[in-house]
Amino acid sequence: MSALALALAVRDSNTMLRRNLLHARRYPSMTLNLLLSPIMLLLLFVYIFGDVMSAGIGGGGADRSDYIAYIVPGLLMMTIGSTVIGAAIAVSMDMTEGLIARFRTMAVYRGSVLIGHVVGSVLQVLASLVLVGAVAVAIGFRSTDATALEWLAAFGLLALFALALTWIAVGMGMASPNPEAASNMAMPLILLPLVSSAFIPADTMPAWFQPIAEYQPFTPAIETLRGLLLGTEIGHNGWLAIAWCVALTALGYRWSTALFNRDPK
Amino acid sequence: MPSSVMPTPRRGDGQPASAAVSAVGLRKSYGEKIVLGGIDLTIPAGSVFALLGPNGAGKTTAVKILSTLITADAGEAHVLGHDLGTDVQGVRAAIGVTGQFSAVDGLITGEENMLLMADLHHLPKAEGRRIAAELLGRFDLTEVAKKPASTYSGGMKRRLDLAMTLVGSPRVIFLDEPTTGLDPRSRHNMWGIIRDLVSDGVTVFLTTQYLEEADELADLIAVLNDGKIVAEGTAEELKRLIPGGHIRLRFTDPVAYQSAASALREVTGDEDALTLQIPSDGTQRELRSVLDWLDSLGIEADELTLHTPDLDDVFFALTGNSQNKENAR
Repeated sequence: MSALALALAVRDSNTMLRRNLLHARRYPSMTLNLLLSPIMLLLLFVYIFGDVMSAGIGGGGADRSDYIAYIVPGLLMMTIGSTVIGAAIAVSMDMTEGLIARFRTMAVYRGSVLIGHVVGSVLQVLASLVLVGAVAVAIGFRSTDATALEWLAAFGLLALFALALTWIAVGMGMASPNPEAASNMAMPLILLPLVSSAFIPADTMPAWFQPIAEYQPFTPAIETLRGLLLGTEIGHNGWLAIAWCVALTALGYRWSTALFNRDPK
Repeated sequence: MPSSVMPTPRRGDGQPASAAVSAVGLRKSYGEKIVLGGIDLTIPAGSVFALLGPNGAGKTTAVKILSTLITADAGEAHVLGHDLGTDVQGVRAAIGVTGQFSAVDGLITGEENMLLMADLHHLPKAEGRRIAAELLGRFDLTEVAKKPASTYSGGMKRRLDLAMTLVGSPRVIFLDEPTTGLDPRSRHNMWGIIRDLVSDGVTVFLTTQYLEEADELADLIAVLNDGKIVAEGTAEELKRLIPGGHIRLRFTDPVAYQSAASALREVTGDEDALTLQIPSDGTQRELRSVLDWLDSLGIEADELTLHTPDLDDVFFALTGNSQNKENAR
């Protein structure tokens, strides 16, 4: 790609991004709805189940503030999973509209439509993470032991995970015939954290269930984030989390672009 | 529109240098179903071309192929000299497309839709704003420019759609059934808009299932049926393809109809509608002689109408759908 073509590709992608951000700003209800579930779960697990849950982790001596510390990294990852559902819905809405057909007949950079969605979704996820993080801090979450480098790494991991899940969500949106189907197809993105180590450690789960918790992207990502923010053991989870992110990004990208480059019906 | 304004391109003498759109042997099938069975087109620059056909004839598919939305299975096409197969971005830069389904972003305002187009055409900010404002004014949308496009009426959406198409000053514009679903006033407005486009030198490729629309607007009409072009020419040329007009007699009394039908054996009749058709060239002399003849036979019809051939006759003669004639209008 020549420098001029690259400049035009960036410009077109930026135009598409601004369109998506305009949608999000004009109609914030969808993003806010998707934010509701992680915040509700955070409050529910801390204030309603908190005493029982905290007794179950850390060998019985733990109190509720320990459980806040345990659950917040998981809920931050869950926030990513639930926010990207918005991307799946937005993409499938777009694909059912005539506007995308118009874009396809214009001399714009072909990838710009999807890139605009992906970057817009990642930015929305980051904004959502700030909100959920603020709620977490408000109810007592502290990560004072983490170094600046660990904070930076935590931020990078969240952004990378957001990018990976967004590309998967975009593929789901492309593959769905309508926004309802897209929303259904994206449900695993919000269900997977429930069966990860977000709420309880994987090794406290029934033995037959542990593989389900371990061999999925959320658990290593959550364990890595927990380690970065709270200083717990990261171990092999760091590489595993990055591998998941790279693999999901590559898969989602290939899937989405293949569907987009197909002749429309 | 008088046929003398636009020279009719003749087939066979190669591709004229002034052809805005040309296609040879375009084919497209979906599975077993052949949608386009090899069509050839030559559209002179600066003219209005109408692809006329019933639903399912393949009109939209032809537009989708020529506007680069989908690829043909076989055939070659050029738009303003750009090859559809090898220079697809060149084609895209030269064309504007208004499809059958609304291609506006309903979540943002009309003005934002226009500025989105300006940005995608890489226009400088100030110029984009100027063109957006000018087109919104020209299409009578200035007052609603700050409202979300989803709140627009069908006619307004269609105008915004076309205004967006014009942002990049395309030299060839594809309009897929531009007036379908519009009320009569909006339809006439749209016709005015299309005529204005051509006066600016733009080539317009439109599809329509309305014969009246093709007759009103097009310099050149091609009739598409079952994926094949069954006739091509000016409206006048097409009308000459079928036998002349007729005088139609309508009866309310079946007995009167029967006696007239047996007296006038050589005419065609429709027993259900109680009508008889007598061939006629529509001249005063012939009309008088027919009237005298009817008087001498003592036939008195309840209604007499003079029917000159129009595109309807051509269309139904060519597409073999005479029973749908009344429904299509």
